[in-house]
Amino acid sequence: MQAQSLLPVIVFGPLFAALVAGLFGRRIGDIASQSVTTGFLILSCLLSWTIFAQWTWGGLEPFTLQIAPFIHVGNFQSNWSLRLDGLSAVMLIVVTTVSALVHVYSWGYMAEDPSRPRFFAYLSLFTFAMLALVTAADFMQLFFGWEGVGLASYLLIGFWFHKPSANAASIKAFVVNRVGDFGFALGIMTVYWMFGTIQFAEIFPRIHEFAGKHWEFLGQNWSAIDLACALLFVGAMGKSAQFFLHTWLPDAMEGPTPVSALIHAATMVTAGVYMVCLLSPMFEYAPIAKQIVTLIGAVTALFAATVGLAQNDIKRVIAYSTCSQLGYMFFAAGVGAYQAAMFHLFTHAFFKALLFLGAGSVIHGMHHEQDMRKMGGVWKYMPITYAVMTIGTLAITGVGIPGVELGFAGFYSKDTIIEAAFAAGQQYGGVAYFAFFVGIFAAGLTAFYSWRLAFMTFHGTAKWGAHEVHDDHAAHGHDDHTAHADHGHDDHGHGHTPHESPLSMLIPIILLSFGAVFAGFAFVEKFVGEGRNEFWKGAIFNAPTNHILEHAHHSPTWLLWLPLVVSTTGLLIAFYVYILKEGMGARIAARKGLLWGFLYNKWYFDELYEATFVKAAKVLGDLFWKGGDQKLIDGLGPDGISAVTLNLGKRMGKVQTGYVYHYAFVMLLGVAGLLSFALWAWQA
Amino acid sequence: MLGILSLITYAPLIGVAVILALRFVGKADDPKTVDAAKWIALITTLATLILSVVLTARFDQANPGFQFVESLPWFAGLHYAMAVDGISVLFVLLTAFLMPICILASWKSIETRVLEYLIAFLILETLVIGVFCAMDLVLFYTFFEFGLVPMFLIIGIWGGKRRVYAAFKFFLYTLLGSVLMLAAILAMISVAHTSSIPELMTYKFAPGLQTWLWLAFFASFAVKMPMWPVHTWLPDAHVEAPTAGSVILAGILLKMGGYGFLRFSLPMFPEASAIFTPLVFALSAIAIVYTSLVAFRQTDIKKLIAYSSVAHMGFVTMGIFSGNAVGVQGAIFQMLSHGVISGALFLCVGVVYDRMHTREIAFYGGLVNRMPWYAAVFMLFTMGNVGLPGTSGFVGEIMTMTGAYHASTWTALVAATGVIFSAVYALSLYRRTVFGEMTNPALVAITDLDMREIIIFTPLILSTLYLGLQPGVVFQITQASVDHLVSAYHAFSGA
Repeated sequence: MQAQSLLPVIVFGPLFAALVAGLFGRRIGDIASQSVTTGFLILSCLLSWTIFAQWTWGGLEPFTLQIAPFIHVGNFQSNWSLRLDGLSAVMLIVVTTVSALVHVYSWGYMAEDPSRPRFFAYLSLFTFAMLALVTAADFMQLFFGWEGVGLASYLLIGFWFHKPSANAASIKAFVVNRVGDFGFALGIMTVYWMFGTIQFAEIFPRIHEFAGKHWEFLGQNWSAIDLACALLFVGAMGKSAQFFLHTWLPDAMEGPTPVSALIHAATMVTAGVYMVCLLSPMFEYAPIAKQIVTLIGAVTALFAATVGLAQNDIKRVIAYSTCSQLGYMFFAAGVGAYQAAMFHLFTHAFFKALLFLGAGSVIHGMHHEQDMRKMGGVWKYMPITYAVMTIGTLAITGVGIPGVELGFAGFYSKDTIIEAAFAAGQQYGGVAYFAFFVGIFAAGLTAFYSWRLAFMTFHGTAKWGAHEVHDDHAAHGHDDHTAHADHGHDDHGHGHTPHESPLSMLIPIILLSFGAVFAGFAFVEKFVGEGRNEFWKGAIFNAPTNHILEHAHHSPTWLLWLPLVVSTTGLLIAFYVYILKEGMGARIAARKGLLWGFLYNKWYFDELYEATFVKAAKVLGDLFWKGGDQKLIDGLGPDGISAVTLNLGKRMGKVQTGYVYHYAFVMLLGVAGLLSFALWAWQA
Repeated sequence: MLGILSLITYAPLIGVAVILALRFVGKADDPKTVDAAKWIALITTLATLILSVVLTARFDQANPGFQFVESLPWFAGLHYAMAVDGISVLFVLLTAFLMPICILASWKSIETRVLEYLIAFLILETLVIGVFCAMDLVLFYTFFEFGLVPMFLIIGIWGGKRRVYAAFKFFLYTLLGSVLMLAAILAMISVAHTSSIPELMTYKFAPGLQTWLWLAFFASFAVKMPMWPVHTWLPDAHVEAPTAGSVILAGILLKMGGYGFLRFSLPMFPEASAIFTPLVFALSAIAIVYTSLVAFRQTDIKKLIAYSSVAHMGFVTMGIFSGNAVGVQGAIFQMLSHGVISGALFLCVGVVYDRMHTREIAFYGGLVNRMPWYAAVFMLFTMGNVGLPGTSGFVGEIMTMTGAYHASTWTALVAATGVIFSAVYALSLYRRTVFGEMTNPALVAITDLDMREIIIFTPLILSTLYLGLQPGVVFQITQASVDHLVSAYHAFSGA
């Protein structure tokens, strides 16, 4: 089959399925809705792999299909189109594979939910928007997909709309993303007026014209390409939950767990990384913007990893882990190793979706318990989930043997990033070195929190017996659909023995675990190795002076072993705290030390934003409304005038209640005054 | 020669005549008479819509000038002149599109003086379409001013509890503006010795005079838009107006201000427009931030949407005065899109108001449990209001901002914060009314959309999505005239 004819099916199939399930879900029933959405997603997935195979091994060339015009005003030309190149080929398989597996998984996970057609419709709608994003050929369609996935994310985080916490989280996600989009939109405008076009294919060959040029923005002169890239990167920070704009991602865990796996781990949150790689022709001419990307990425990697150490909600630990791994991807792109960023995006999709769906399996098996302190010793009851979660943990901690180049998926991609950061540090110093140190240190933290999660959940003594404590229960967001009115809690009471999940849930995680094991080994050569230029076929641009990846391949031996040593240390400390001295973690937490409190409360970002932005919006809103509109404008304006005219009427002895007279009076005054003025003006 | 424009303009009056005849034949409060009158009004507005579609279809998109020109000597050297160009033709269509929806929306909710109500709407339609077609200053002013009267009556007679205060405020503000405009019109006629709009567009007023004329017109149009700080009449007028009144007010009457800027201020007073552009930018930017924040704090659904209208109109004025094709086209698009989306939002309020007779946000909550289709429709228009790509709300916002960026990056920056604020107030409104558990026992029996309401919303949903995905249908029509306007503006203003 021709790739050109497959691509529209891949992208529009999920949209069609979403419309069917969304509009006719109640008429055709749950099973039919689930079948049509899942069926189309599996089709999209198979076709995507067909295209990917043709791309990787069949010599398929990049192409762009134009579907229809979008906005055409002067130079502002945007089309609905489908762009296939190395980047979109990779994203196609990432998105459709994880999405198809999540659709299948949701058959089991959502089996008791009364609004399944709506859920599956949202999932498919998300997939469509994400595919529109990755196949965009200009900034407008990119923005369409960008906000489209934001809408789907909003709808899915708030899927259980009766939960106030879910509603709050969904709005927070949308609004924080809008803060990012604010920068993104300004970036697009800057690009448009700089280049006179918003088509990638027309912009990229002309970047060098503006290299070293200046651009006026807000009355200041800025380095042109740096400004455009920095503004666009603000959008990426929002979507990919980077430092300052990260606060929505942990709260997004209010959504059902399959959603967290698909949107908030594997696909949507990586859109920012994808964008930076897509715009590599721009970023390569933006040294300052690249430094910003590196810095923000590194800070996020460190920040999120530290917060992850102290969380007790199983999903939140993984959420912070995602945030941290996204930081790795960004600083990889920032130092110029875009291929490594995309590689980590690719492998991360598999093992992070695996971890989330595994966590969902645990939550499901534990009767909607998400607090790891109430788990323990579950491995006996959920052996398959335990096995795949262990694989996922091995993959994210990057276990592998450097000498023989054999390891789990994360080993290839994360180590490449660390080596690239080191190579960039040697070349440029500064921020790149900082990123390198963060990369090493955070690798240890990653190992600690990942193994901590595994140990607290699966090992140690069981804490889910009769003596269950509900104290901290309400404070945390729970993946708890039993609160729904139509769904009783009785058959699922707490305190029961955990059970293994149904096959519909296990098969997707088993398939993902293959990805977590082999995705690195199988593709390292194509993504970042010698075959990379042939693989990407120009989709990623490296400036002629950018040799970071070559240098990374010639790293010293100590550097190859360092990540392994650090992450093993993390593993050993976790083992000591949570297995050997079980209960030590709880004792540390109980002491409520300063550092622990700082981490547990996520560096107090929510409190800070609440006290500043949210508070300011409320105070200013009230001030403008009651002070500005009611007192000042109305008081001096219409109400004041009517009071004056009323008084005038009274003094004249004629109390007029009919308001019509006031108009007549005012009108006459105005007419007379203006006519006389106008006459005067002409004569002058 | 009279032609299709006069036919469209006065077609609603035929309905008025028939309803008046009915009133004399039958009893005014006889249900049969009332029903017949409703059908007559609906058929009349639908016929007007069909005529407007024909007009738009026959409109020559490549021609930047005025088309379907009609001109008859009137009196005292004035002419009865009508014509449309790419800027006005779509406003005629928008008016004709919203009117049948308004009649349908009032089908059950208006119970007193129904015949008079329908007559007021039909007359309003004639006057509003007249505003967009008039090619003579005096004719324009006549339509523009008399349009106030039916709207004033609609609020003052069929409005809510504080309708008198609201109607008063509405009248006072708009009249003050119009008075200044009248003076300016008289001045223009005596200086240029013509009242023909096309001729005045090529007449070069002295720069000093331009300044005063611009300010006088600005007073009128700024009130109509409304721009900050002369916007406070709008929330009160909306809150008290019946649903259909709000639809027309937000959907069409506000657009007369934007249309005025495009028809008069920019082409006739280009130098003054260039001088005052910073003022307009500042007021637009303030409007976007200020009213968005105020909207966020509202406790009345209609007031919230009214304030959000002011913020959205800020994008329009910003786009118009950006003075480039992207901004001006975006502004026209934003006006059309806002006409559809804000009209639909007021209809969404009307749906629950008809059932519960309160607009207090706190009264509602959890509507999705009983009204899933309503929740879906309201979500779509909320997203349109937020400017989500794929809805028509996005296109206008991004293009007006892009246009403004070229003229002033500061303005674009401040306006862009509007996209954050709109998400805050619109989503929190939706959350407080639609999501959550249904805790108010009074709501338990609330029913989902009925067939009439689905018929009302369907064309609005389709236009919101179609214009959002294929905005080109609008730009093809506006392009030639806007390009002409922009190049003339640059030639004259020296900007």
